[in-house]
Amino acid sequence: MALHREKILTPSFWVLLAFTVIGFYCIGLRYVMGIGAVSNLSDGFPWGIWIAYDVATGTALACGGYALAIVIYIMNGWKYHPLIRSAIVTSLFGYALAGFSVMVDLGRYWNAYSFFMPSRWQVNSVMFEVAVCVMAYNVVLAIELLPAILERFVHSKNPRFPKLKEYARKVYPKLDKILIFFIVLGITLPTMHQSSLGSMMIIAGSKLNPIWQTGFLPILFLINAMYIGYSVIIFESTLSSVVFGRPFEKEVRVIAKVVPYLTAAWLIIRFADLYHRGHLSTAFSGDYYSKMFLVETLLIAGGAYMLTWKHFRMSPRWVFVSAVMLCVGGSWYRFSVYIIGFNPAKGWEYFPSLPEFFITLGLVAFEILGYMVLVKMFPIMPNLEGHKKNA
Amino acid sequence: MMKKTRREFIKLAALSGAGIAAAPLAAEASAPIAANEEAVGMLYDATLCVGCKACVASCKNVNDMDAAPAPNDADRLWDAPEDLDYRTRNIIKLYKDGEGDFSYVKYQCMHCIKPSCVSACPVGAMQQEKGRGIVFYDKDICIGCRYCQVACPFNIPKFEWPKAFPKIVKCDLCKFTNLKDKGIPACCDVCPTKAVIFGKRDFLLAEAKKRIAENPDKYQKEIYGEFEVGGTNVIYIAGETFDNLGFRELEHDSNAAFSENIQHTIYKGFVAPVALYGFLAFVALKNRKNHHGHGHGHDAKHEDKHGSEK
Repeated sequence: MALHREKILTPSFWVLLAFTVIGFYCIGLRYVMGIGAVSNLSDGFPWGIWIAYDVATGTALACGGYALAIVIYIMNGWKYHPLIRSAIVTSLFGYALAGFSVMVDLGRYWNAYSFFMPSRWQVNSVMFEVAVCVMAYNVVLAIELLPAILERFVHSKNPRFPKLKEYARKVYPKLDKILIFFIVLGITLPTMHQSSLGSMMIIAGSKLNPIWQTGFLPILFLINAMYIGYSVIIFESTLSSVVFGRPFEKEVRVIAKVVPYLTAAWLIIRFADLYHRGHLSTAFSGDYYSKMFLVETLLIAGGAYMLTWKHFRMSPRWVFVSAVMLCVGGSWYRFSVYIIGFNPAKGWEYFPSLPEFFITLGLVAFEILGYMVLVKMFPIMPNLEGHKKNA
Repeated sequence: MMKKTRREFIKLAALSGAGIAAAPLAAEASAPIAANEEAVGMLYDATLCVGCKACVASCKNVNDMDAAPAPNDADRLWDAPEDLDYRTRNIIKLYKDGEGDFSYVKYQCMHCIKPSCVSACPVGAMQQEKGRGIVFYDKDICIGCRYCQVACPFNIPKFEWPKAFPKIVKCDLCKFTNLKDKGIPACCDVCPTKAVIFGKRDFLLAEAKKRIAENPDKYQKEIYGEFEVGGTNVIYIAGETFDNLGFRELEHDSNAAFSENIQHTIYKGFVAPVALYGFLAFVALKNRKNHHGHGHGHDAKHEDKHGSEK
């Protein structure tokens, strides 16, 4: 098994570290001086980018593991298995980012243990469902990643901790046998909480603009998470083939084929719902909200439309472009639901403060930093030898 | 291959989507919300209010709230809150139009019959008292997620933004203070013109209707809070339109009930998630069997290793 022994302390490492340090400094400020001192959050806009980006959008961008697991284990019988590990690592880091951000955002974080006390569970709350589901999914992702960590020890020639190798050799085959049940759980949980992330804003009623406020938010968020997930796989796969000098993964083209179907279903539900509620004209009225709607819709529809053409699907560059369009458009939709389309009452406005941006940037930098180190230390990326054999 | 893939995909999408897509349709057939007979609340009659703000002062005094100094008040002589915030649970504002018409208006928690904040709170820190229907807050449970603020159609719960250890602040009808001691919320207790009165909702609603019927020229026809978001226990009558007084026109259905219906339809008896898991597990196991049967794949090498270990 070829391990990826690459240098860890690269220039990009130091840049990311700098952002991480600034971000964590701002987080420190938040804990000493209060959320109001570092953010532009207000009683009208109690949620800003920490929730809209880090949680609501970040977890969708982290849905690569989920989307790929559906392809591999449900749809076509393990064909693209080499891709799954890097997707799962990204998912784990993306969801960890969400977890971190929530702890920054929670005003009374020391009471967060309430989620582990059944006497305090409030099962009517959509957020309760999301919180429990996301925590459970983090555990499942960690278990899904365990084989990669164990392999490192199983295959080590001169182990520093011989006991650990022995233990890993014992656990690995057992884990391999039952892993499928965790994998299936790893598909069920995101289906639940990604849809619930949409349900979260239903209770905001008319505070959310009618272009986005609908009882179909859960299904829209679910499908949105799927096509964002696939687009992220395409994005990452193309990027890492450039950065790590790996060959362009052919599987990407097949994944790219699924995306237009999902997007089409999403657009049909979106427009049918707008028509049904009589808000199609609101969406095309040309005001600020309508413009935001048009941008997100054009990005999503445009990106998906490109992928329906074989000519574009075969070109790494255009596949990459459409993946970016879908990621941005899909994320834009989530931002619209959580911030852009949110209007609590006259006079309230929100734009993130600088420290808010730095905290989010710092956490993202920290996440990428961890990803880079982990990928270089453990067998996460598809094995090139095995890759050739499978292709 | 792709054909099979598509078929499988549609199957999956249909199963996972069915529950979620059906939810809003099912939720439309929800039963109307009825107020509890024991429910208590307040009736604010804007035509009687003289804007003395005794209610604001009394509320602060009784509930031990900080003063909110005016922007240019260097000596901090005045408690002059501009709006509801973490130091102010109830406030009197003045509406004035160009033609000499004016009206005072009082803002505080509306104590919804089906409160969104209670429905939204993941840990049950925002609660509604059974019977009397008072919506109150327990800071010892609250995690500070502020979902109650997002959910509230009236933007009532406030958060202590400048504090390192903040809490949510809102009117609780003096549940732990004046109501407990004297049987009446502080604002109703001190109001010199009885512009705000305390009582059972049934009584207050009847009183509001009576006043409007006796003086139809003086009042708007509408009783704000009678139907808004499923009805509130604090209700309003006024001579000015409620739009002018800063009240948003709200749907008569409760957002909380709609949201709960969708969640409960999807998660009823946990049938849908379990069915989804079962279906996925079935397909995944079948795929694994085929995969291992063919004896190719990423970890053929590992399998040899396991074999030799056994």
